Parts: sequence; structure tokens; C-alpha cells
Amino acid sequence: MGRTLAEKVWDEHVVRSAEDEPDLLFIDLHLVHEVTSPQAFDGLRQASRPVRRPDLTIATEDHNIPTVDVDQPIADPVSRTQVETLRRNCEEFGVRLHPLGDVDQGIVHIIGPQLGLTQPGMTVVCGDSHTSTHGAFGALAFGIGTSEVEHVLATQTLTQARPRTMAVTVEGDLPAGVSAKDLVLTLIAQVGTGGGQGYVVEYRGEAIRSMSMEARMTICNMSIEWGAKAGLIAPDETTFAYLQGRPHAPQDQDWDAAVRHWRSLITDDDAQFDHEVVLHAQDVAPFVTWGTNPGQGVPLSSSVPFPEDFADANERVSATRALEYMDLQAGTPMRDIGVDTVFVGSCTNGRIEDLRTVADIVRGRRVADSTRMLVVPGSARVRLEAEAEGLDVVFKDAGAEWRGAGCSMCLGMNPDTLAVGERCASTSNRNFEGRQGKGGRTHLVSPQVAASTAVLGHLAAPADLPTPASV
Amino acid sequence: MDAFTTHTGIAVPLRRSNVDTDQIIPSEYLKRVTRSGFEDGLFAAWRRDPDFVLNLPGYAGASVLVAGPDFGTGSSREHAVWALQNYGFRAVVAPRFGDIFRANSGKSGLLAAQVDEKVVQALWDLVESDPGADVTVDLLERTVSAGTGIEAVHDSFDIDDYTRWRLLQGLDDVAVTLGHADHITAYESRRPAWKPATLPVRVAD
Ligand code: SF4
Repeated sequence: MGRTLAEKVWDEHVVRSAEDEPDLLFIDLHLVHEVTSPQAFDGLRQASRPVRRPDLTIATEDHNIPTVDVDQPIADPVSRTQVETLRRNCEEFGVRLHPLGDVDQGIVHIIGPQLGLTQPGMTVVCGDSHTSTHGAFGALAFGIGTSEVEHVLATQTLTQARPRTMAVTVEGDLPAGVSAKDLVLTLIAQVGTGGGQGYVVEYRGEAIRSMSMEARMTICNMSIEWGAKAGLIAPDETTFAYLQGRPHAPQDQDWDAAVRHWRSLITDDDAQFDHEVVLHAQDVAPFVTWGTNPGQGVPLSSSVPFPEDFADANERVSATRALEYMDLQAGTPMRDIGVDTVFVGSCTNGRIEDLRTVADIVRGRRVADSTRMLVVPGSARVRLEAEAEGLDVVFKDAGAEWRGAGCSMCLGMNPDTLAVGERCASTSNRNFEGRQGKGGRTHLVSPQVAASTAVLGHLAAPADLPTPASV
Repeated sequence: MDAFTTHTGIAVPLRRSNVDTDQIIPSEYLKRVTRSGFEDGLFAAWRRDPDFVLNLPGYAGASVLVAGPDFGTGSSREHAVWALQNYGFRAVVAPRFGDIFRANSGKSGLLAAQVDEKVVQALWDLVESDPGADVTVDLLERTVSAGTGIEAVHDSFDIDDYTRWRLLQGLDDVAVTLGHADHITAYESRRPAWKPATLPVRVAD
């Protein structure tokens, strides 16, 4: 019987398998950042173990760092210690590091693809749940905890039980103005936050095939938000074109050998998935969340739901709690919800394509007086690219803040946080209670909705905008 | 890591589903570089409420957490496991766990016992009507039990065989794997040469 893409990648990485034991898998790329690594390096030090493959390891500073005055010492002493600890660890163990201020610094999941380090058929791990992003290249990529970070540093392997496989097939094409983010938010609302538990998911179908790499990364990024272990997309010409010429992409004959192999990384026609979900792209519309988990979302054109409309008792309780936390009235049209802050950025939507989309909408317009807008590029290179295209000027002219690269308000570990009760439309991936700052309220949205919302001061899509006075 | 065979302790009913790791420990507490001291951040937002279950005197000294489905979803932060352990928890009983949280628990020695939803309901009812009641989580037998008479709960829980074995032995995962170093070396010698490496550093033109 044929094999799925995920199974092929898995099989290629089995170092050892034994009955009644999980497989030992080889890891091709290990991404490291300041928050989930200090205790792992400490563990190595205590056991006098080296990093087995520094040449398959790369570190950067992203979660904790400021996005303004990046040439100054970090003000918060605890954050500073964590960043300095990473620098010391990388130095001691010989790990490549792109620190704050470096041109290749940025969110781990943005710099891997950008450097051409993320390639089809690889196993990629990081002490971060959104490692699933790299699955867009046909890599098996998933998040791990700090003990596992230590395990990979010490052995370049992980013990893993073979996951089940699922196919999400998206038929047809997305309507104009509807993005990958709307698609994945729609999917999560449909299957629930636990729907992917224990599965590696392959996204396939026409809508996925016609997406750019950036859009594919947005989809795979959110796999963890519905519980999937990983999400991946078979590599194709779009993937190869993205990779070719990147610093760490194979060159010359190596490139040919690699592409030959990559072309074999598709699910065989007679392969069986353990579960299948089908979505129709033409039914997807701009989609936003109203609650406190990524599954609590509705189309922008609809209203805040009534808890009693949920069939499941747990969901009813959770919806009631969420409405209270979000300070929302059931039945309120989503478009009537005013926001204080708009955050554009994160490993979900902090790539150059996202910034271009936002710039196209705010160009010649103004951010509403009642609203502040933060635009945070996902990496230092994205920032430079945007500046070379003049996007920074577009943002600033519209009244938005243009920042340095990092995770920023996606998780509010640095000074970029919401105040208690503040409401935010965010292009990030999590709307958990307090995710963007204690007491902050988050609505997950696409870049298109974020930009339109910034202009109008309430949740909105580009179609709601009047024509700009000047372009 | 300490071995885990069986544990009996006071159980706390956490009547919530979808408790993500941002709720277990908010990001502002993740800046430490040690493995201890995270108990202050455990359920930090909720603990400000004096009526939050962990603040009720009847559950003081609790070591077993009984939670609703999808406990530990979201962020991969192992700090969530450490915070629970630093606070004194040895086991979490729930109908479904986030995958990474469950893996992290297994590595750190916190028992994540997956049970049927009705077992959680029964445990909630029992420890709410009798705060301070003990619950026993037996890894050898894979059972969770509590109470006596008509209210008694006794049921099995799920945990994968390998994690169970490592917990029972208290084994360090890295040492186990390094025992297979020859397999790793053999694998490395057959990896294709074109696979990318982070070193030497290459930069964009
Ligand atoms: S941008 Fe947000 S989700 Fe992505 S790695 Fe950073 S904190 Fe995690």
C-alpha cells in the first residue's frame, strides 16, 4: 500500500525502531530561542554533554526582546538575563546565534525559511509550538518542550510515537479578498481546538496548491491551534522557486539531486489517511474570533453567538466565560465591535507578503483616532525589505507604529502588551485570556481585516472602506 | 527524575475545559533561567480571585489536579509542567491533554493520566462534596481511585507504555538514547550530503 507524505518523511528519519517502543527519529534542524532553552543547556552542562550537532542547530532572540531602541541594553533585568544566558550558552556550546541587531535576527519560524534552512522532507523541531509553520515546505515540523530541547541538543534525535495521519482537502478557490488566515480560522471553528489531537495533518487540494509559500506557512502555523502535532503541504514548483538561491539552499548538482528527491515527497494515490476533512474554499469569508480560544470564531458578517446555541455542555460553559472575559454581548454584530489596538505581526502573519497586503489597504488612509496600530515585521530582513519598498513610510503616514523584529505583542513578553480591558484585532494565532497582556482582549483576524479595522476603528473588511481621498 | 509508582493526595477539582498553557503559567513568568520557583505563576490570573478553587482552604496541600478536556493545549512551554510540580502537584487527571504538554509531563515526571470524561465528573462531584478527600493514582495498575461506598470512584487511565515504563523507572531519557549512539552515528553516515547545515554560516548576497 502507498504511503502518505508524512509517513515518507517519518520513515526516512527513523534511526532505530523496536517493538513496543517509540521510534528514535533523526532531527535535521533544531531552532533555539531564549525562552525555552536555558534549562536545557543547563542540563547538558550538569551532565558534561556537548551539543552533538551544532551544525544542525541555530539560535535567535525573538520572544522576549524589545522592538524599539534595539541598540540599547534591554531595560527589564530578568529579560536581559535570559537573553544574555542564551548568548553565553551559544558561545559555550558553539551554536550559531543571530542576536538582536543582527540582519538575520527574527522570529525563529520566519528566519528558518528565509535562510533556506527549512527544506522539503526534513524533520524540524523547536521549543515552540508554532514550529508547525515549517510544514509548509513539506517538512515534518513540530514543537517540543525544554526536556526534549535538551534531548535534541545532546543526541540530535527524539523518541516519538508514530502519529496518525489526517488529510484536510480544500477544494476550489478562495474568493477574492479572502486569505489563508480566514481559511484556517474557519477550519478551526469547524473542527474544534482538539480536533487534530494526535494527528499529523496534510493540507491539500486546489486552494492550497494555488497559495504562495507565505500563505501556506500561515495555514501550517495554525495547525497546533486545533491540536494537530504537525501540519504539512507537499512540496511543488512554488516551494522550489521560493527556495532557489536562498543562502542555505542546495546549489548546482546538489540542487538537482535535492529537487529530484523532493519531487518524490507526495502522498501516493493509494495511501490511506486515518481521517479526512473536506472544506470548500468558495464558502470561506473573512473570519474573526469572538472568544478566548482560536476555535471560537465566526464570519465577520455575523454576530457574537449565544452560549445556549452550543450543543456541547463544556462549550456552553466555555462560551459564557469567554463572553464575560471579552466583555461582549451575545447577538452583537461583529462589525460593531470597536478596537483599541491593531497588531500586525507574528509568525502567522509577519512576513513581507502580509506587510504588503496591509500597506495596500492603509495606503492613503489614516488609522482611526480611537485606535493605535503596531506593525512588527517578523524578522530584521522583512523589515529591511519593507523599508526598501517604502512600506514603512506608508504605515507611518497612516499613523501606525513601525517596529523592530520579534514576537512582540503576539505574546506580550516584552513591553508591547495590552492594558487591562484593552481590545485588540491581531494577526497572531492565540486569543487566550491574557495572551497579549494581563486582562487584554484579542480578536484573531487576517491582515486584510486588521488593516481595515485600523482605519475604521471597528472590526471590518476591505469592502467596508470608503475610497481613499488620495493615493 | 524521581520514579513514580503510586501516589495518594488531596485532589483539586478544576471545572474548566481548554485550559491552555498560557493559563497554567502566563508568559510574564517565563523569563527565569532556572527550573524552579514557577509556583508563583501557576494559574496566576485566576489565583487573584479568592474564590478560585486553589485558594480554598479545603484544598490546601493538594497534589492531584482533576481538570476538564483539552488540558495543556497551546504553547509548548514546559514551564507549565514545572509550575504544577513546583506547586506540589504529582499528577493531573483529565479526559484529554495537549500533545506537547503530555510529552513534557512524561519527561519531567508529572503523571498525566487520561481518563473518561465521566470519571472526571465523578471525581469533581466527590472532591467538591468532600474537600480534602484523597485520590490515589496508581501507575503500576493504571488506576485512579477515590472515596468509599456508593460515591467511590475506581477506574483505569490511559498512558502510553513507554512513558509509563520510564516514569516507573525514573529514567533520564537522554541517557537511554545515548545508549543507542551507534545507531545515530550509522544514520548520520548515510544522510545525503545536500541536506542543509547551519554551519558554516552563509548569508544572502
Ligand atoms: S510570534 Fe507568537 S506564536 Fe510565533 S513564535 Fe513568537 S510568540 Fe510564538
